[in-house]
Amino acid sequence: MRPLTEEETKTFFEKLSKYIGDSIALLLDRQDGAYCFRLHKERVYYISEELMKKAGNIAGENLLSFGTCFGKFTRKDRKFMLHVTALDYLAPYAKYKVWLKPSAEQQFLYGHNVVKSGLGRITEGTSDHQGVIVYSMNDMPLGFGLAAKSTEACRHADPMMVVLHHQADIGEYIRNENALV
Amino acid sequence: MQVLVNRLSGLPSESTEGVTVIKLPEPTLRLPREKPIPKAKPQTKWEAYAQLKGIQKKKKGRMLWDNESKQYKPRWGYGRKDETKSWLLEVPENADPNEDQFAKKIAEKKERVAKNELKRLRNIARVTKAKVPGVGLTPTDKPSKDHLGKTLAVTHKSTASLGKFMDTLPKEKLRLGKKRKFESNYTDDRERQKKILKGIADGTPVLDVNRAANIAKHREERERSMAKKSGDGEKKKAGAKGKKGGKKSFSGKPSGKPKKTFAGKTKKSFSGKKGGGGGGAKKGRK
Repeated sequence: MRPLTEEETKTFFEKLSKYIGDSIALLLDRQDGAYCFRLHKERVYYISEELMKKAGNIAGENLLSFGTCFGKFTRKDRKFMLHVTALDYLAPYAKYKVWLKPSAEQQFLYGHNVVKSGLGRITEGTSDHQGVIVYSMNDMPLGFGLAAKSTEACRHADPMMVVLHHQADIGEYIRNENALV
Repeated sequence: MQVLVNRLSGLPSESTEGVTVIKLPEPTLRLPREKPIPKAKPQTKWEAYAQLKGIQKKKKGRMLWDNESKQYKPRWGYGRKDETKSWLLEVPENADPNEDQFAKKIAEKKERVAKNELKRLRNIARVTKAKVPGVGLTPTDKPSKDHLGKTLAVTHKSTASLGKFMDTLPKEKLRLGKKRKFESNYTDDRERQKKILKGIADGTPVLDVNRAANIAKHREERERSMAKKSGDGEKKKAGAKGKKGGKKSFSGKPSGKPKKTFAGKTKKSFSGKKGGGGGGAKKGRK
């Protein structure tokens, strides 16, 4: 376990800010105690400082996980990939949202992209390639992805056009259980 | 059962004294295999590449015709035609005349064998997922300063006692490479992170051109449709608008006062990104 280097912090924050913008500062400054980001086995964890100190006593190779895993750095290019486990912290601060019709929920939760016909609502002014959080119609966060079309373009898209590229969804807790920490 | 009877009727039979006797086929006895079926050998890197590229192995004959002795000689092994053992070797045209061609041939052969051995070891290491041994520092014709420094550091350590009793020059620094260094785990790095965050925020443009263009386009369309509607018929204006909101999912504006909401939106977008589009949109919808 170690703090992130300058470069890692930058790539990590850049990715995170695609979804929650400046609200990252709210994750760093919390009223209910000090929280921090730590890197362990290429994964970034968000954890209270108190718990982090306790986890620090465990030898690195024995330590499986601690706190909430936000995602991981890829081995080769050192890019950051967000995991669905970060959703709990992304959803409250989401800048751009997409609501899915009940009929499209299952498709999304099986890991598919969202087509226009499944789109319930979308935040005004979403540009394409913008990170968006996906909700069900009753405001339950389902996952996140990238907008394939801007709000304006969505309006004129035909029903089978992909409007949102899938990135992560809560179905992964079942589908991809052993890869999540 | 029926299948069995059918099969029996198909077999050769003979009848003696009114009794039909069917000749059954010879019984076969299958013994279980003692040892498991051998596993396929893992592919070497070349084999994998050759398969990918569709390169076929060409069978080379074992024997080669030797024109000097007028007989076939093996390609390799005992009794092969060995160039280094011949009494005369040609000196190539551009070669240094004082170069020993025999020694050169032997050195080349040795290098090939060593290279093959290295490849073999690397193949094994790759299959067993062990660490692939590096070749270390290879000699170069024109070593750089960095290379020389590394060589010095390596030679310094290459004694039986791992360089423990080696003397160093007063200001000599032996360095193989840079050691990675990370912050302590227990420092509070939030201030540093906030600084980085600020740097990222400063880099992003305040005016989102894409968004501004989208909004302008949206307004234009809105105005056009409004004009169309008012031109169609001036019945109950507000009511008609509210009902015709087929694009509820996108525009999502309360049917009452479209213009006002609109002005607010535009302003927000130009003033900066902090508007929190999500919150605003939601409010408009509910």
